[in-house]
Order: sequence, then structure tokens, then C-alpha cells
Amino acid sequence: MFDNFVVPDLLPAAPELFVAFMALAILMIDLFVKDSRRTVTFALTQLTLIGAAAIQFATSTGEIAYTFSNMFVDDLMADLLKLFLYMTVIVVMFYSRGYIIDRASMNKGEYYVLALFATLGMMVMISANHFLTIYIGLELLSLSLYAMVAMNRDSLQSSEAAMKYFVLGALASGLLLYGMSMIYGATGTLEITGISERLYGGGVNKTVLVFGLVFLVAGLAFKLGVVPFHMWIPDVYHGAPTSVTLFIGSAPKLAAFAIVMRLLVNGLITLAQDWQGMLIILSVLSMAIGNLAAIAQTNLKRMLAYSAISHMGFMLLGIVTGVVGGDARYALNAYSSAMFYVIAYVLMSAGSFGMILLMSRAGFEAEELDDYKGLNKRSPWFAGIMMMLMFSMAGVPFFIGFFAKFSVLQAVVAAGYLWLAIVAVLFSLIGAFYYLRVVKLMYFDAPADETPIDAPMDMRVLISANGVAVALLGIFPQVIMSLCAYSLLRSL
Amino acid sequence: MSTYPLLSLAIWIPIFAGLLILATGGDRNAPLARMLSLAGAIAGFVVTIPLWTGFDVASGGMQFVELSTWIPRFNINYHLGVDGISMLFVILNAFITIIVVAAGWEVIQNKVAQYNAAFLIMSGLMNGIFTSLDGMLFYVFFEASLIPLYLIIGVWGGPNRVYAAFKFFLYTLFGSLLFLIALMYLFINSGGSFSILEWHKLPITLNAQIWIFLAFMIAFAVKVPMWPVHTWLPDAHVEAPTGGSIVLAAIALKLGAYGFLRFSLPIAPDASHELSGLVVALSLIAVVYIGFVALVQADMKKLVAYSSIAHMGFVTLGFFMFSAMGIEGALVQMVSHGFVSGAMFFCIGVMYDRVHSRQIADYGGVVNTMPKFAAFFMLFSMANAGLPATSGFVGEFMVILGAVKFNFWVAFAAASSLIIGAAYTLWMYKRVIFGDVANEHVAELSDINKREFLILGVLALCTLWMGLYPQPFTEVMHASVNDLLRHVAISKIQ
Repeated sequence: MFDNFVVPDLLPAAPELFVAFMALAILMIDLFVKDSRRTVTFALTQLTLIGAAAIQFATSTGEIAYTFSNMFVDDLMADLLKLFLYMTVIVVMFYSRGYIIDRASMNKGEYYVLALFATLGMMVMISANHFLTIYIGLELLSLSLYAMVAMNRDSLQSSEAAMKYFVLGALASGLLLYGMSMIYGATGTLEITGISERLYGGGVNKTVLVFGLVFLVAGLAFKLGVVPFHMWIPDVYHGAPTSVTLFIGSAPKLAAFAIVMRLLVNGLITLAQDWQGMLIILSVLSMAIGNLAAIAQTNLKRMLAYSAISHMGFMLLGIVTGVVGGDARYALNAYSSAMFYVIAYVLMSAGSFGMILLMSRAGFEAEELDDYKGLNKRSPWFAGIMMMLMFSMAGVPFFIGFFAKFSVLQAVVAAGYLWLAIVAVLFSLIGAFYYLRVVKLMYFDAPADETPIDAPMDMRVLISANGVAVALLGIFPQVIMSLCAYSLLRSL
Repeated sequence: MSTYPLLSLAIWIPIFAGLLILATGGDRNAPLARMLSLAGAIAGFVVTIPLWTGFDVASGGMQFVELSTWIPRFNINYHLGVDGISMLFVILNAFITIIVVAAGWEVIQNKVAQYNAAFLIMSGLMNGIFTSLDGMLFYVFFEASLIPLYLIIGVWGGPNRVYAAFKFFLYTLFGSLLFLIALMYLFINSGGSFSILEWHKLPITLNAQIWIFLAFMIAFAVKVPMWPVHTWLPDAHVEAPTGGSIVLAAIALKLGAYGFLRFSLPIAPDASHELSGLVVALSLIAVVYIGFVALVQADMKKLVAYSSIAHMGFVTLGFFMFSAMGIEGALVQMVSHGFVSGAMFFCIGVMYDRVHSRQIADYGGVVNTMPKFAAFFMLFSMANAGLPATSGFVGEFMVILGAVKFNFWVAFAAASSLIIGAAYTLWMYKRVIFGDVANEHVAELSDINKREFLILGVLALCTLWMGLYPQPFTEVMHASVNDLLRHVAISKIQ
């Protein structure tokens, strides 16, 4: 009976196995760690992530490797995205530490373990080549995040946010599963590369397929947080403890991009005409509603939440311009620009939420826009960093956000969608207003609160590095741009 | 010819000086910050002098060219160079930066380091705009230069500064975003090149040219500014600190006009001919109508701001005559306006520092208490009105001469501005300077100090030099302007 059992090649999944093992180990070790010595757990978590990055680096062959009966794939795109993922999570953990130490109910080992499990979920999503693998990764990520949002038990707001997130997240997972089952019904396989082959072969029931595609796109749109599946974003970003908002607002965008690539591009590229049409609508709506609603916000976390919606809408522009009239000539250009956009966005988003953490202290959340009044008087250096982040988000050169927008826009223009490019820049103009308002508060207004900024040194250094990176990568964007292009060239 | 990368130095010396000044920190180190900024501004000016002394007047092409790859993924290059059209503006910009630093020497006591740093960084970025030969490099400098001016207006400006800063930023950003799309369109259609010089040779259909021309025009018209998108300028000028107004009038307005010559005319020559009527009409409205608007202003800064719009109307008018006389006149007018409007705003700043009012009604009889100042102000008012022997006359006269050949009535309308200009400037001068001492504020005025005397003296010399002997300014333009005209005369439709 066990004659056919083959031990799968574990090497392509080595980082995942390592993170899973370490997360379990840390869960055990933490039982013996006192609350006051939580730094041990923190250090172990960071070592795990660094170790995972090292393994990723060492085992990367540059070839496409399938394992676990083709359920799992390791290619250069996955390697690159995972490396950025580890980096992001490491930075996020550094930013969060001071914040959760000040808040007793969050200063538990579970916080770190859940973060590791969420990371593992994202890694699995990035490397999935099978509907079930995608689903497992997605649920691992989502369940960890629901718990993290709810971790601040005493906060009504956080509990409400967690509940909303959970209910809507479950609904979205349901939509995704339903879509997957439809596509399974039409093609007879759950394997993404297999689906692609079936579709090339022809003879597939198009009605069922497109029906399934609609649900699939709806599920993905929820996970990306684009209009009209965006309702949860402002509430969850606002309600979650800021350190968790930072986590939700940064790393999962990389994983969401990856599953969009896996499902729509790797699997359903032959249906590109259909899903591109849907995504164009989602994209334009997201840019419109995200940017307009952000203007009305007085809370920085909510404002950044709406800005996240508009950014994801902008990123989708890169995805929808890959195939033009059945011609995939521009695919590499378009998808790599979207990938660059996501990476740039994660860098900026981590920095901006990091600034909120930097300004917060025990018993005080610096999340209202007015808390940033006169920051230039209180700390010119951090006001400068925040200004760079805001201008970068607005897409003003010389910051990375400009080149992110630029690379996506040129893909849109190359694909012949001039009107879409014009719509996109007009909404960026509207978007510039609320980023400028933050700069205005920091520079033009007098401070309302003269308390000096109190943050650990490691965080000060790291957030400065984050801000400087936004500027330096804006002056020298070539490295990441070509990494994205190269990794996709070798993976598609 | 020097082998140093002069243009890079002209861009990066001020920018790095600005960053260094930021490092001096708070206002405790204000004297150090001031000294560093002056040193940075002077160093930035010194490196631009060889551009003029080493300039080959016989060549219409790009000189002092620097070329290296920047973002190979999109074939974007760090490509710099100047020709007879742009060279003078680099020098003017570096020169005005010194004036601005000196103008804020005692006046600015709040966040001195940031103030000076913003101006130096701005100066470097604007040099980048004037020297870029790569479309994206130009755009990046063009948009980045919004940030320092936004902060200058917003932090050191007047009571309504927030509104003015937002209006300035969003207006100009709107223009430049459509410009960005046009750049991308050209990038795709030229087979993946951002080189402006390549685009000059690129054949484009008339329809596409018209769209490109309009996209360019929105960006540049906002910046110039042309009627009807000029409304941000008076607000920005009134609220900006003196230094901000000087930079805005002397340099920032020239960026738009320069864009017409570097982008619109050579890249879309057929559309330029096709739509020249539109530009000429808008320019004449600016010259005549805005001149009348200036006449009724009660605020001196607003008056000079409107007069700037009228003067820039001459510039755009000169460009679209398609004659050497018109374009050279427009260029002379741009340089001259840099000196004269800078000096006018400085004069108003001198009075504002003492009385804290810019209303004409709050003054009267200033000549009794500030005779030296009154003399300088007289000279610059005359130059602003276009009196012969001042630089203001040369440019306007050349443009009107060019216009006579183009169309008599256009010339007639343009020439009427000499009268309107004289009316609003001299009437303001009369009300502010002459008459009896109006109130105790004016009675307590002290005349200009040595620093102010020096600044006004230098600007006065420049104004007179350009007015009496414009030859050195025009001779560097000839070859490039002629090249441009030859190029524009050839249709790009294939």
C-alpha cells in the first residue's frame, strides 16, 4: 500500500519548514519566559526570520522547482517576495516591540508566535501552486491576524475590529472557495499549472469557468482590500492596536500580490480578457473612493487605510495591462511594475505606521492627525522622515513612490490605455491633497503638545533608515526594478 | 573648455550645501547656518561662471554635455547639457540664490537653517530643470522643486499662507501630471527613449502632436503662468516671504517658459504652428487685461505679481512669433524680468520689514525718510515699466518688433502694455514714495543699511548693463535660437 509513497523533495520548502518548526519551538520556550524577559522571545523571533532569509538565500537555485506533488512551487519570484517579506516582518517586529511592552495585555509570547505563523501563512501563499495550498496559507495568515487584532482584550474598539475582520474575512474565504470549486468543476484539477494546461487545451465550459472567476476575483479583491470589498480596511486598520495595523498594512500586501499572480496569471492567463475587465473597474473605483474618502479623515490610521485602498487600486493597473488583445508582449513589463509598486508601497506603509508607533507612548496613541501638529518644532529629524514618507506616498520625486507610480503608468500607457493613465493621475492629484495636509500640520502649525518623543534607540535608527531608504531608493530605483523584472522573467 | 562636470556641480553643490545647513540644527547655530548658506550660494555661482566664459557662441548645439545611465530599466539617463537658451538661466538662478540668502540675512530669525536650506536645495533642483536633456530627469527635477517652495510659502509666509501653499502645489502638480503622461507617450512611441534630443527628431502625426502640445501647454501655462490659470501666482506671491517671492518671480516662472522652448516648439512644431493663435491670444489677454488688473491693486506685492504675469505674457507672445527677433526678445525679457521683478519684490520686502504692511494706502512720502531707497526703487520701477536704457526695455522692444512683422494689430495690442505698465508701476511709485509723510510709521522709517544697499546696487548694475549693452546676452542665444527656428520650420508629419 505504501509502495508508491515517495518522500517529497523538502529542499524547496526548507524555509517554510524552518519557520514552522521554530514557531512551535518558540511557543514552548516562551512558557518558561517571564513577562519581564520577553526580549528572549523577541530575539528568537528575529533570529528565526533571519535564519529563514539565510536558508532562502542558500537554497535558491533560480530554477522553478515543484514539490509535494506539484502543490508547492519555488521560483525566483517567490524567493524575492519572501526575502522582502522577512525583511518587512523583521522591521515590523522592531517597530512593535516598544509599543507592546507599554501595553501589558499584548506583551505576551503569543504575539510573536502569531506573527511567525502569519509569516508562514504568507510564505505558503507566495509559493502555492494549488488551490488548497493557497487556501491553507491564506487561512493560516488570516486566523493569526484575527487573533492579533483581538489581542488587546480590554479594548472595545479592537474587539469590534477583530469581529468585523473575522466575519468579513470568513465571507471572503467562502467566496474564494466557491470560485475555486467552480473552476475545479470546469477543469477537473486544483493544480494551478494543471488548470493553465487544461485551458490551453480548450474544450472547457466557459460559463462555469467565468462564473467561478467572478467569485475568485471577489475573494482576491477582499484580501487586497479594493473597492467594493474594502469595507473592513478602515475599521480594522483603525480599531486594531497600531502595531498590528502596521503588520496588516505591510507584509500581507506582498502575499496578496503573489496569490493574484499565481491564480490569475499563472493559472487563468487565458481568461485575461475577462478578469482584466473586472480588475479595471475595481481599480478605478478603489482609486476614486480611497482617495476621496481619505480627505475626510481626521484619524491618521484611517487616512492611511483609505490611502492603502487607493494604492492597491493603483497597483492593480499594473496587473490589468499585461495582456492586450491576446498579446502578452507587455506582460513582463506590466507585472514587474506592479511587483515593484507593491514592494515600494510596503516600504512606505511600514514607515508611516512606524511613525505612529514612534510618536505613541504608554497610555497615548498618536493616531489623530492633530497629534502631528508642529512636529517640526518637536523633532525636525522625524518630521523630515515623515515628510519624505508622505511625499513618497503622494508620488512626488525623488522618492520611491514616484518611481512606483511611474513604472505602473508607463505600463498602462504602453498597453494603450491612455484614458486609464489620465484617470489614475487625476486621482493621484486628489490624493496629494491629504498627504500634503500631514506635511502642513507638521510644518506650518504650532505644536499642541510639547512632550519630547520617547522611543527606544533601535526604533529611532530603524525608522530613520526606513525614511532614508525611501529617498535613496527613489534616487536609485534601478536595483529593485531590475530584480523584479529578472525574477518574473525567470518565473513566468 | 573645462573638463570639470560643471553642470553637475551647479546642481549638486547647492543641494549638498542645503543638506549640510540642515545639519547645523536649531536657531542656536543660526549665524553658522547663514555663513554656510552664503558660502554654498557663492560656490554654486562660481561654478556657473565658466559656463559663460567657456561658451562657444558659434555652436547652436548642446555644450558641457554629461551623459551616464541612471535607470537602465527604462532607459533613463543622467543627461545634462546647456545651449544658448538655457545657459543664461543657470547663471541667473545661481546669482539670484546669493541675493535670496542675503535678503533673508537679518529678516529671518525663525528656523534659519531650514529656510536657507530650502532655498539652496530649490536652487539646485531648478538648475537641474534648466540643464536636463532627459525627459524623465527634467520631470523629476520639475516636480521635486515644488516641495521646497511649498514649505517656504507655508512655513515663513503671511497670514493666509496655508491656502496659498496648497493652491500653489496642487495647481502646479495638476499641470505636471498630464505632462508626465505626454512624456510616457513619447517614450513608448520613440521606441523606448527619454532623450529630449531624440524626441526633437521623432516624426509624430498632427493629431498626436496636438494632444502632446496641449498636455505640455497645461503644465507650462500653469507654471508661466498664463491667463486663465494664473490665479495661484498672486496668492503665492502675497503670502510668500520676500525670498520666496524673489525666487518665484525671478526663476520659477521661467521654468514654464523654458519648457515651451525645450519641449513644445521642437517636439510638436506642427501643432505649435496650428495652435499659435491660441497662445498669442492668451498672451495678449495676459499683457492687456492683467495689466489693467494690476492697475487696481491695493497691495504692492499683488500689483507686482500681476505685472509679472503681464511681462510673462510678452515672453510667450515672443515665442510664438516664430522669428529670431521674437524669441530672442522673449529670452532677454525673461532674464531682465529675473533682475527687475526680483528687485521689485526685494524693495517691497525692505518696506515691509519696517512697516509690516504691503498696502499702498499705508505709505506715502517715503522719499522723505528713505531717499537712497527711493532712488533705487525709482530705477526698478522704470525698468518694470520698460523705460529705455533699462533691461526691461530691450526685451519688450524686441518682442514688439517681432510682432510687427507677424501681425500689426498683435503688435499694437502688445505695445499698449508699455503705457499700461508705466501707468500701474509709476502710479504705485507715486503713491508710495512721493507726497507728504503719510503717517508716523513712515516718519520713523530708517533708510536702507549696507546689506540692502549692496543687494540693490548689484541688481541695479545688472539692470543697467542689460539695458545699455545687451550684446553679451543676445550673442550667446543667436546660434541656438536659429537652430531652433530652422527645426520648427520643418514639418514632422510624415
